[in-house]
Amino acid sequence: MAASSTGSPTRAPHSDIPTGHQEGGRVGAGLFDPKQLVKSLPDACRKLDPRVMVKSPVMFVVLIGSVVTTALALKNPGAWFGWVIAAWLWLTVVFANLAEAVAEGRGKAQADTLRKAKTDTVARRLNGEVEEQVPGTELRIGDLVVCEAGDIIPGDGDVVEGVASVDESAITGESAPVIRESGGDRSAVTGGTKVLSDRIVIQITTKPGETFIDRMINLVEGAARQKTPNEIALNILLASLTIVFLLAVVSLKPFALYAGADKQTSLIVLTALLVCLIPTTIGALLSSIGIAGMDRLVQRNVLAMSGRAVEAAGDVSTLLLDKTGTITLGNRQAAEFVPVRGTTEAEVADAAQLSSLADETPEGRSIVVLAKERYGLRERHQGELVDAEWIVFTAQTRMSGVDVDGRKIRKGASGSVIAWVHERGGSVTEDADTLSNAISQAGGTPLLVAVEDDEGARVLGVIHLKDVVKEGMRERFDELRRMGIKTVMITGDNPLTARAIAEEAGVDDFLAEATPEDKMALIRREQAGGKLVAMTGDGTNDAPALAQADVGVAMNTGTSAAKEAGNMVDLDSNPTKLIEIVEIGKQLLITRGALTTFSIANDVAKYFAIIPAMFSVAYPGLDKLNIMGLASPESAILSAVIFNALIIIALVPLALKGVQYRPMSADRMLRRNLAVYGLGGLIAPFIGIKIIDLLISLIPGLH
Amino acid sequence: MSPVLADVLQVTALVGALALVHRPLGDYMAAVYSSKKHLRIERWIYRGVGADPDAQMRWPAYLRGVLIFSAVGVLFLYLLQRVQDKLPLSLGFKAITPDQAFNTAASFVSNTNWQSYSGEVAMGHVTQTAGLAVQNFLSAAVGMAVAVALVRGFALSRTGDLGNFWSDLVRGTVRILVPLSVVAAVVLVACGAIQNFGDIHHITTLTGDKQALSPGAVASQEAIKNLGTNGGGFFNANSAHPFENPNGLSNLLEIFLLLVIPFSMPRTFGKMVGSLKQGYAIVAAMGAVWICAVVAVTWLEYAHPGTASQLAGGAMEGKEQRFGEGSSSLFAVSTTMTSTGSVNSFHDSFGGLSGGVLLLGMMLGEITPGGVGSGLYGMLIMAIIAVFLAGLMVGRTPEYLGKKIGTREIKLAACYILITPALVLIGTAAAIALPDGKAAMTNVGAHGFSEVLYAFTSASNNNGSAFAGFGANTPFFNTTLGLCMLLGRFLPMVFVLALAGSLAEQKPIPETAGTLRTEKPLFTGLLVGTLLIVTGLTFFPALALGPLAEGLTS
Repeated sequence: MAASSTGSPTRAPHSDIPTGHQEGGRVGAGLFDPKQLVKSLPDACRKLDPRVMVKSPVMFVVLIGSVVTTALALKNPGAWFGWVIAAWLWLTVVFANLAEAVAEGRGKAQADTLRKAKTDTVARRLNGEVEEQVPGTELRIGDLVVCEAGDIIPGDGDVVEGVASVDESAITGESAPVIRESGGDRSAVTGGTKVLSDRIVIQITTKPGETFIDRMINLVEGAARQKTPNEIALNILLASLTIVFLLAVVSLKPFALYAGADKQTSLIVLTALLVCLIPTTIGALLSSIGIAGMDRLVQRNVLAMSGRAVEAAGDVSTLLLDKTGTITLGNRQAAEFVPVRGTTEAEVADAAQLSSLADETPEGRSIVVLAKERYGLRERHQGELVDAEWIVFTAQTRMSGVDVDGRKIRKGASGSVIAWVHERGGSVTEDADTLSNAISQAGGTPLLVAVEDDEGARVLGVIHLKDVVKEGMRERFDELRRMGIKTVMITGDNPLTARAIAEEAGVDDFLAEATPEDKMALIRREQAGGKLVAMTGDGTNDAPALAQADVGVAMNTGTSAAKEAGNMVDLDSNPTKLIEIVEIGKQLLITRGALTTFSIANDVAKYFAIIPAMFSVAYPGLDKLNIMGLASPESAILSAVIFNALIIIALVPLALKGVQYRPMSADRMLRRNLAVYGLGGLIAPFIGIKIIDLLISLIPGLH
Repeated sequence: MSPVLADVLQVTALVGALALVHRPLGDYMAAVYSSKKHLRIERWIYRGVGADPDAQMRWPAYLRGVLIFSAVGVLFLYLLQRVQDKLPLSLGFKAITPDQAFNTAASFVSNTNWQSYSGEVAMGHVTQTAGLAVQNFLSAAVGMAVAVALVRGFALSRTGDLGNFWSDLVRGTVRILVPLSVVAAVVLVACGAIQNFGDIHHITTLTGDKQALSPGAVASQEAIKNLGTNGGGFFNANSAHPFENPNGLSNLLEIFLLLVIPFSMPRTFGKMVGSLKQGYAIVAAMGAVWICAVVAVTWLEYAHPGTASQLAGGAMEGKEQRFGEGSSSLFAVSTTMTSTGSVNSFHDSFGGLSGGVLLLGMMLGEITPGGVGSGLYGMLIMAIIAVFLAGLMVGRTPEYLGKKIGTREIKLAACYILITPALVLIGTAAAIALPDGKAAMTNVGAHGFSEVLYAFTSASNNNGSAFAGFGANTPFFNTTLGLCMLLGRFLPMVFVLALAGSLAEQKPIPETAGTLRTEKPLFTGLLVGTLLIVTGLTFFPALALGPLAEGLTS
């Protein structure tokens, strides 16, 4: 696994550090700027097209209501009431469109930036050995193209020859260049990025128009947006509620005729009642919630290839996390020096440091750092020691060291060091073995330090290398557990090591010595039990598992096979982000549910405003239902309509930002959201309608 | 003992008795529907109708069974009434007119038992016993079978099989309804209810008036009338008639009978889905609404304003002196909330607001606790709607009992909840707008409106009780109400069974800490809230123009 040890520098590690219990929602999105409302107004009006409106059944009913009331107002142009109601119904529709337009507007800005990167390029196609210049749009899958320093890569593909540094800032927003080379897991290049150095040959893997950048533009613009399963189900429920209310209002006319309240139940009043009752709040905001959810991911540099994937993220119950780079820091680090009998810790530290100076691997560096921090040994530079002969660490010898002042010091994998000691006629004490085993048992890796001097060759002590679990991971996993999500650590380590790290990090389960087949089997097993699985991956061998997982997040640094197989791409290539993705998915669903509940609960107050207004003339007793004490029947109906329209605008920021989300058990979350959006939805309109009525009754000449 | 204290004790005794049998009866019913064995008598029946009781049915097959069986029932009952004059033991009654025969057939097969006739002056012994009483058993057994099929939809996975309709129907009748009603009938006879096939007694009263006393197999029909939440009385006065309901004890027994199966079925449900707590959550929601309504109506009736009422200690008009305010209110709430429709008092005489509560009890969809079977499946549908709203609020795709509530499920549930409001509102609107409907009304104003609203609410929700006050035996009302009863009974069953099939095909989702806990009081509260808000919003204008207008004016 080369999760974060690739050439791509990960973005500022804010996402590595768990945010804990910050106020204000950990997955909140960018701030909402009221100016966006004004800017999106033209778009909102363009959406009044009935062919567009019909996609949202609830708002389509409001549109029809607006047309009907306008026609009635025209028929009787002297009556102010009809005009005002018609105007507010139109505003209700426009507000709904505005919500959607604002949500889309944020994506448009991003799409424009991307389009700039997608300028028409000229490709240098290889035709056998001959190079020819063709427009980038004429490239076909399988074509070979050459790119040199300064060239814009003409299409998505894999490097098949050479190595180059590439500026991918057009897509990732990250200015530091990354290395792309043929073979291995760093071969994928993206069209629209720029080669900064060297020469590479690229095999094109996507058709023009379907490249990564094209898909990104479509996604952020919402052009490729399809309704997700939950959204469809919710729409059905809203449509059926609309039908129920339509029935209630239509049947009200004969009821009113019978009751002798014909005059009070004009078509305008009934239309107003209908619009107030049908769930306009959620109907108006439903699509913006979905768009904003995708947008929140984009702002975190994650591209979801479908809304379905975002929704699935909320349902995930098993997370497969790669150990390296996700749970632990990229490399093992020295944790302590353990002397064998007869030597001191300081001696071991000194020898370990000396022997590691020529070891440039991260493990070697960490030994020098530990010696300095724990034992106060200043780092000596190779030049300081005269006549020293340095033995550089290689993968073959698996040892490094130094020969100086008649001493030969070596440090390395226990097998190699033991062989070295035996070679020189020394013997290995028993406790060197015991200590090594103890470290292995604890999940660490033992390195032996040995010396050959006047006293002969012998082992001095053991260096304990261990995986360092990222700070705060345990808390994060505890939170996930409370949310009902099981974490499984995937590692190539042996089971012993894996268990130790799993325990330290606090994951629920681990898969040791994992092969791609093991991973696949694990996903299938979890899915067979009805669970949804999320994972990250970057290598070609991850591709089948990424495709099988319900949420497969491919790292942008990964191969194109991996990116093709996953349903999300993380441009930052930060596997820890999987946790945030799950939270965004949940937040999206919660926002929908909360606003639906709010919308339905609102209706109670509207009935209490409108029913007495309609019928207290026919049945004076019904005036007792006017518990808000609204000034007049007209102002009561008008206040309800105005409240109904304004609440949409008032909730746009919430729809775009998403409701506050904190990891907690389903029970506590339900209690909290029911109190806020259920009870709040019941009470808020009583207050709102009363205030609007007070303001209206101040207008002179209404009584 | 003050009347209020007596009422409290009576309700306490009733709740205690229901709680006592909840477990054994619920478990017994679960065992009946899960058993692999057939009784000998059942084998005979299967052989007789040519059904294979072991064949597993998917939902379309199950539905076909329900519809064909019920259609045959309607046809048979219709014909029986049409040729009544040619049957033996007809007591000299004429054949029933076509529209009334249709209405009555639809009424008894749909478990509604709306009666546009007076039993003692219209129906002979054969029609009463072989026709009406038989349907009292069978229509109830059909309702229970459909409920059990839905429960199996939750309990089973990756199959789509819902059990066997014929076996569910026969077992529900033979092993549950018949034995229980035999016991109940014997107790009723002991209380003083009559049971014979005699001729009409003509007697002269003390004041010299001539009176005809109708005989009949009353106690047996009384038992199943309440046990199967049917409600069709032997006599027009229904359970207010001393031959049907002789005294306070028989009255309490009848209330117990009409509540016992609906309140025990959630246990059956809990047992079959493998989580008793889920059943408790459902029964708690049912019980909470029921008890609140009992308290509300009783209090409203005692507190009814007016000199006469206050002198009598309550609104006694239309109520039996034998039972008083408490027992009448308790009976009224229980019968309207169980889709039974038998009455021991005149619902038309209840105060405006308490009449509104009785109406609301039916408008809730007859699910608190509802009819036998239909109460459970109706409440489970409402639970699905509640889970859908709340499930989103915990950040997951909604799921109930390990089954995802997706597009298909919500579509079917939404169709279910659309049907009865549509029937009630369209029916009422048509009746008060059309001359045929208006002609039958004898009251004016809000009260007249309440009567029509009550009739369509009662028919569409398969309750069967009447507010009375208008002549329901007209071709217009016989036809429209008959259609409402049939559509209100069988259309929802289509969606329930389709839903059951779709649930049974799913694979189960394991429960995690992120799963909405549907066995907790919070969910029960949410379920009640969803039920009240959805119903309230649908019917608020209609209730305002009827009961509220009447009740708030006084």
